[in-house]
Amino acid sequence: MSSQPEPGAEPGSGRPDVLVHRLPSFALPFLALLCDHFTVLDPCTDSPDEPAHAFLARRAGLTRALVCVGPIPLPADTLRLLPSLRLVVATTTGVDKIDLRECRQRGIAVTNAGTTFAEDVADYAVALLLDVLRRMSTADRYVREGSWLKNGDYPLGFKLRGKQVGIVGLGNIGSHVAKRLQPFGCDIAYNSRSKKPSFPYPYHASVHDLATNSDVLILCCTLTEETRHVIDREVMTVLEDRGVIINVGRGGLINEKELVQFLMRGELGGAGLDVFEDEPNVPKELLGLDNVVLSPHSAALTPESFEALGELTVSNLKAFFSNQPLSCLVQGE
Amino acid sequence: MASLPRNDGAPPPPPPPPPPPRVLLLRHPHHFSLIDRPLPDGFLFLKPWESPLPFDDFLSSADARAAEAIYSSGREPVTADMLRRLPEARLVVTTSAGLNHIDLAECRRRGVAIACSGDVYTDDVADLAVGLLIDVLRKLSASDRYVRRGSWRSEGEFALGSKLGGKRVGIVGLGRIGEEVAKRLEAFGCAISYHSRKKKPYVSYTFYPNVHELATNCDAIVICCGLTEKTHHMINREVLLALGKDGVIVNIGRGPIIDEKEMVQLLVQGELGGAGLDVFENEPSVPEELLTLDNVVLSPHRAVYTPETLSNLCDLVVGNLEAFFSNKPLLSPVTTAKLDSVGFS
Repeated sequence: MSSQPEPGAEPGSGRPDVLVHRLPSFALPFLALLCDHFTVLDPCTDSPDEPAHAFLARRAGLTRALVCVGPIPLPADTLRLLPSLRLVVATTTGVDKIDLRECRQRGIAVTNAGTTFAEDVADYAVALLLDVLRRMSTADRYVREGSWLKNGDYPLGFKLRGKQVGIVGLGNIGSHVAKRLQPFGCDIAYNSRSKKPSFPYPYHASVHDLATNSDVLILCCTLTEETRHVIDREVMTVLEDRGVIINVGRGGLINEKELVQFLMRGELGGAGLDVFEDEPNVPKELLGLDNVVLSPHSAALTPESFEALGELTVSNLKAFFSNQPLSCLVQGE
Repeated sequence: MASLPRNDGAPPPPPPPPPPPRVLLLRHPHHFSLIDRPLPDGFLFLKPWESPLPFDDFLSSADARAAEAIYSSGREPVTADMLRRLPEARLVVTTSAGLNHIDLAECRRRGVAIACSGDVYTDDVADLAVGLLIDVLRKLSASDRYVRRGSWRSEGEFALGSKLGGKRVGIVGLGRIGEEVAKRLEAFGCAISYHSRKKKPYVSYTFYPNVHELATNCDAIVICCGLTEKTHHMINREVLLALGKDGVIVNIGRGPIIDEKEMVQLLVQGELGGAGLDVFENEPSVPEELLTLDNVVLSPHRAVYTPETLSNLCDLVVGNLEAFFSNKPLLSPVTTAKLDSVGFS
């Protein structure tokens, strides 16, 4: 047997290298946990003045595993700087910013956050809906600026019971949302890639059909080439001026320019948005609207879910380095 | 010999219709006007604000003293004195969810029936209670403010909220509203316990005999009871301290159930995690310190203000008036059971 150290390990450390791929502004919440088990290469901290590609060429030639943090893109260019890479562990559920085709071609396994965030996102989606319908954040602003004293009662919101809620994407998040909405008395229907026989709600074959029969749409699906701009002008038109859209998926699911127009013209009832096409930029027209709730892509973020995420990440890395099966593998689209 | 009918065979003239029941409106019925609904026909509504007389003198007028029903929206008290001065009044109709503005004992003594708001508000109030709790825990309104002032671009990620699922939530007052709040929170994975004057049979939630113990064993408490002498300032400093640094309080009952001064102090000092408030001790005044806190969500006592609910409410008021004055049972009477269900027992 070779007496050489395990490929990728710093001599003498006995702990395999793991590359952390992140934007400088995005700290990895469980970095300490990672350092307990692995030798962490982090260009942002190890060598902040060196261009990323130079660092990778110098240090990461033997690195077999990479943790892709948050929304940072992982394009083919970057992947090609990592000839030994065999595993990408994403800390998100959505992997639309990772070049999956390149990974597939090179036999690089990709895992995501699986169901770690599903409940928190579902909680948040319902919170956004309650907020938009009942104008909670707007009324809170009203009180804070002294208008309750000066101008009397704040105008009405809308009742939740009896609303037709259409869930776009009945995956983990979508089914958690449905479960939470039931006691509120909403009528639930859905569209998904395929009908789910175990779910007792009406299925619609297209998002347009679903929208025709809905007062509210909640977007819980992944962003793919097929779902990009799935919420377009036609869908917004059939939702009509009482319609409400809640988006906890990806900004790209909605044609944002059209959405802004519809909202400005009063042709849509309201929107609760946690995601946008060009984060952290939010169309400035939305900032002045009272029937809109805006959130900085935080539906998934709680300390509890980060703890679970840390455990999942370490567990998958350990499994990889000891040739055990991985969980939350992303299958090819 | 049979005596012939006096007239020529035409049916006797019908008796004159009874005069329409007189209903004293204590103030302008804003629930009707908010949705542009006219007051129902078949009643004579007495409108003291249209009289040149001050209210007290109006009450003594012949008009008012013939009132058979009193309509209060909840802001105008129905006192023992008023009931004594209106000897013909047999019914009080209130559109308020709370009953603390009515002298219930005097009504009982006089045999005056009370029609309340029934179940009309339950959904809306329960929805708002849940909305306030999630908002405080997940910092939703604070995030919205953050984005609107441009901080997402300039300062990056906002502070994390805390997961709702798995939280231990204590309901104070397990009446209709409390039950509906519990049902909703269970679907989010919360563990429910409650405090009521009496333990409720057939309820599987953990019961605590006092509010302090409830607060000690919960991460959040939701006030769903009515305001009475016993519940006034029931949520005091001790209870709030028991709730703790990460604890959250939600109030959709009445402001005075919480010792507001103490609560504000504890929030400012970081001894209490957060608050979601639809009601205050001195509405529409809200303690100034709360206006700049990010761990607080403020709602201008509008838990019930949706057009659908207002329409249902107006239907209910009309239905109750019509039922009572045609000697049918009230649609939503205040009974002992009802007093139980609003947490009065």
